[in-house]
Parts: sequence; C-alpha cells; structure tokens
Amino acid sequence: MNGAPQVHYLNVDYGIRSWLFTTDHKRIAWLYLLSVTLFFFFGGFFATLIRLELMTPQGDLVQAETYNKFFTMHGVTMVFFFLIPSIPAVLGNFLVPMMVGARDLAFPRLNLASWYIFILGGLFTLASAAAGGVDTGWTFYTPYSSIYSNSHVALTVVGVFVTGFSSILTGLNFVVTIHKMRAPGLTWFRLPLFIWAIYATSIIFILGTPVIAITLLLVGLERVFNLGFFDPARGGDPVLFQHLFWFYSHPAVYIMVLPAMGVESELVTAFARRRVFGYSFVAFSSLAIAVIGFLVWGHHMFVAGQSVHAGLIFSLLSFLVAIPSAIKVFNWTATLHRGSISYDAPMLYALGFIGLFTIGGLTGLFLASIGVDVHVHDTYFVIAHFHYIMVGGSVMAYLGGIHFWWPKMTGRTYPEPVARVAALIVFLGFNLTFFPQFVLGYLGMPRRYHAYPPEFQALNVMSSAGASILAVGYVLPLIYLIWSLRYGRVAGRNPWGARGLEWQTPSPPPTHNFDVTPRVVAEAYAYDKEPEETYEFGSPSRA
Amino acid sequence: MSNGAHITVKTYLTVFVILLGLTALTTGVAFIDLGGGLNNFAALTIATVKALLVVLYFMHARTSDRFTWVIAAAGIFWLLLLLGGTLDDAITRNQLPGELQLTP
Ligand SMILES: [Cu+2]
Repeated sequence: MNGAPQVHYLNVDYGIRSWLFTTDHKRIAWLYLLSVTLFFFFGGFFATLIRLELMTPQGDLVQAETYNKFFTMHGVTMVFFFLIPSIPAVLGNFLVPMMVGARDLAFPRLNLASWYIFILGGLFTLASAAAGGVDTGWTFYTPYSSIYSNSHVALTVVGVFVTGFSSILTGLNFVVTIHKMRAPGLTWFRLPLFIWAIYATSIIFILGTPVIAITLLLVGLERVFNLGFFDPARGGDPVLFQHLFWFYSHPAVYIMVLPAMGVESELVTAFARRRVFGYSFVAFSSLAIAVIGFLVWGHHMFVAGQSVHAGLIFSLLSFLVAIPSAIKVFNWTATLHRGSISYDAPMLYALGFIGLFTIGGLTGLFLASIGVDVHVHDTYFVIAHFHYIMVGGSVMAYLGGIHFWWPKMTGRTYPEPVARVAALIVFLGFNLTFFPQFVLGYLGMPRRYHAYPPEFQALNVMSSAGASILAVGYVLPLIYLIWSLRYGRVAGRNPWGARGLEWQTPSPPPTHNFDVTPRVVAEAYAYDKEPEETYEFGSPSRA
Repeated sequence: MSNGAHITVKTYLTVFVILLGLTALTTGVAFIDLGGGLNNFAALTIATVKALLVVLYFMHARTSDRFTWVIAAAGIFWLLLLLGGTLDDAITRNQLPGELQLTP
C-alpha cells in the first residue's frame, strides 16, 4: 500500500513535449517551480550586487544610475516573477485539485496557457534587463516613469502587464475548481485552510490585477503617445498613478502572504499533531484580509501629496488589517499549545514564519500611524518591514511548504539533518540581513541611494554579511533537493502521518490523483482520528 | 455553462449596432459645449450604458445564474472602492488639518 504506483504522473510519459504540452496540474506546477526558481536566483543576483555596493559608504562599485537599475530589477523580478506566483502557482497548482479530491483543475488547458503567458511576460522583463534595464523602482512612479526616465520602462511595463493575465486566469481556475469540484462530503468547513487561503488570494488576483494592468498600460500610453494622465503639466495627476498602483499593489502583499498563511496552517497542524485551534476564525480571517486589504492603499501616500483627510481614513483602515492577522498568529500559537511537536525542517520554517511575520506585521502598524510614517517613510525601516513580511514570511513558508510536500511531489524524502541546518541558516542569515535595516532606517538612512554617510557603515556591513549567510541557506536546499531526486529515500504515501486528502494517494500521485474518488466524512485536521475514519475510498472512480 | 445559448445572433447584431450608435453619440457630444462639467457627465453616462450592454449580452450576464451575478456585482463594488478612496483624496486635496470637511 505504501509503495509508489507502477505508473504515476512523472513516469507516465517522458520527453520535453510531454512537459511543454501537458495539461496535468502537477506537471504545470513543476514548470512553475523551475521558472520561479530561476527568477528567484536572477532577482537574488541583483540583491547581491546591492549588498556589495552598500558594504562601503562611497558609491565605489557602480554609478548611481546603475544602482537604480539594480534595485529596480531586483524588485520587479522578485515581486512579479517570484513572490506573486511562487506559492499559488507552484504549491497551489500541485495541491488544490488533490486537496479538494479532484482529478485536475477546472480548466487544465487554461492552466497551461497561464504558464505560457507568465513566461512571455518574463521574457519581456529579461529582454529589458538585457537591453540595459529600468531605473524607476518596481513602483514605476510617474511622471518619472512616464516622461523623464531614459531606461526601458515600456518593455518592462509590458512584461508586467502580460504576466498579470497569468495571475487572473490562475485565480479564476482556482475559484471555479474550489466551488465546483470538491469531492463528495467535502463541505466548505472541512476544507484545508490552505484552500481557504488560496481562495482568498484568487479573489485578489481576479479583482485587483486588472487595475495594475490598466494602470501600467496608461503609463506606457503616456510615455509613447505623450498623453497627459499623470503629467501635471498637461492636467494630469501624479498621485492618481499612486492611487491606481497601490490599489493593486497593497493587496498584492496579501497575494504573497495569504498563501503563506495557508501553508503555515498545514505545517503547524501536521507537526503539532493537533486540529487547528479555531478553524472558522482562521478561515474567515483569510477572507477578511483579502477584503480589508483593498481599503488601505493610501498608507503608501501619506507624504506623497495625498490629502490629510484621506490620510486619516487610510491610516485608520490600515490598523484594521492587524485584527485578522493577529487572529491567525494567536490561533497557530494556540494550536501549538499542548501539541506533540516535532522539529522537522518544515516545522522550523513554520516557527520562523510566526516570529518573523509578527515582527513584520507589528512594524507595519508603526508605518500605518501617520506621525511615525512621516519620520521613517522611504527609509530602510520600510525596507526592513516589508522584507520581514515577504522574505521572513512568504519565502520561509514557501520553503517550508516545498520541504513538506516534496515527498508527495517527487516520491522521495530529502535529507532531514542538512535540511534542518539549512532552515536555521536561513533564519539567522535573514535576521542578520534585515534587523540592522530597522535601526538604519530609524536613524534616517534613506532607501534607493548607492552612497551613505560613514556612520551607517557598521550596520550595513552586518546586513551584507547576513545576506551572504542567507545566500548559503538558499543554495543548500537547491543542492540537496536535486540530490534527493535520485538518492533520496522512497517516501511512501504519507511520510508525515498528516491528515490532508493529498496524503491519502500514492507518492508520486497517479496522473488523475486518485484511483477511486474519495468520500470525505471529517475535516482535514482530524488528528484525533485515523485517516481511514476521515476518508472513504469505496466507490469506483468515475473515469 | 450552456447559459449563453439563449442569446441569438440577431440580438448580438442589434447590440452591436446600438454600441456603434452610442460611440457616434459620444463623438458628437464632444463637439458641443454643454457647460458646467456636463460633457464629462454625458460621456461617462454613455460609457456606462455601453459597458452594461457588453456585460449583459456579450458576456452573457443576462442569462447567467445568481452566482455569476454576485461575482459581477463584486467587480462593480470593487470599482466603487477604488473610485471612493481616490475621490476622497481628490476632493479634500487642498484642505489643511484644521479645516477638514468633505466638500470640494
Ligand atoms: Cu501597503
């Protein structure tokens, strides 16, 4: 029963065509995994250059203009081509159908098309890098981006525009799948919390992404045809751009962190061997974050010329996001309480997530209060804050999730001791990189400069040293995960003894996930029951 | 999923002709000075009617089930959020903290 099936999704067919024309959600997940990993190291390359330049106060490695391109390429790549697709398109693609007991997503060919659209957008961005790069920052603020910048704004903007459609279609696919394709007996409140999180994320994908797409299109039009949307000289409003941009880009933060929270709920329950504390609160807090996340965008514009009245309202609403976020953190903590906890590598990432996300979230409250924001806006305090959320939160959860589901994806286990060491290296390297940046920012070091006063050097050297440790922590998993594909121990269907539906099918799963359509009689966290009491595999498959 | 079957080719063509007519109307109105911001109002009203026609007929919302309506309504609601927050800034842009009030 625990052995790998004779024929599974990986060995059913070989050759490059069987991958490039696949409609199997599990294979498409691998296509995304390979592509976002490449983009991650591409974006990481620019981060390395940034940290190298900031080792010394003088701008001695590169010129200011080149440095501007470094942080822009870093931001654009990491946000649009790694963080946003990472958990939804890799883990979401692989897991959503299996977690709901379906044979595939609702629209398998649309799913493959989404990947091609993503790659097409990525090629535009890579082309702009090859042609000389962009220097506007990932935020493309007007009128600099639309009129004054001499770099490849149009090419990059088109890349992000195209990629947006990949997000929209992926979100659509998930929403329809979750609504229409749940296995018999799988009611909404028996769903894994990962599904709730992906569902909330999909809503943001569908409702938010069109706004960024049209906004960037307007920037391109203003740039190419000299229209006056954002140029004050022609009756436009530069702050209007920031409204439109952040209406998507603040919720985009939740596109990055909501799926991470979903992964977190799966990891915490599996390694504490307990039912999640307050299931419905965790589930609904995902939806609350998705909705409230759309009401707070003005907190990016407190000092950008936005009215005081709007600033007050956006400040107040921003504080509200803390409530559903805190509900989640408290509920995970309560789940750990009196759990029988094991410290495997995914759990180390999960625990790291709780701490780092909490620091990132609480410093977000500092920034939501206008008085403090006036002091620290556009400083390294902001940089540290959002890296705690996106790297300390999302990347940690992504790595935890990759480790957790690696046996399911590949049928092999990774080497546990070295994975634990890597998780600790990531945690230490991360904190050494980014904690000094809180101090730097509070002392007044502005972001986006390649040179700085000498008194900031010690903290910057700490940060650069941390970045090199972090790099080791990221390269290690790359090595041992690839190693495990060939030399890893055969995993069996449920190596963690988890209760989710995806663990009840062989590893790697057959092409259609389940040989027999499962019938669900309990929720996904029934750790007080045997898996056989949660799922029935009685009825023959409706092939 | 087979909801769209109720709409005939004739209806599509009729809607298409109406859309063309409204486009001509927008262009025509642009040449007349209605004064008092009425030009903007007219152009936006016509555009809204056109968008509604597209959603109702070409996107089959008219013959879709309730759930599709909820999704479509959510899209409109989100648009209102975007307009509301942005307008709040635009309307109060020149007011100082001592004189906060919601009038242009
Ligand atoms: Cu924000």
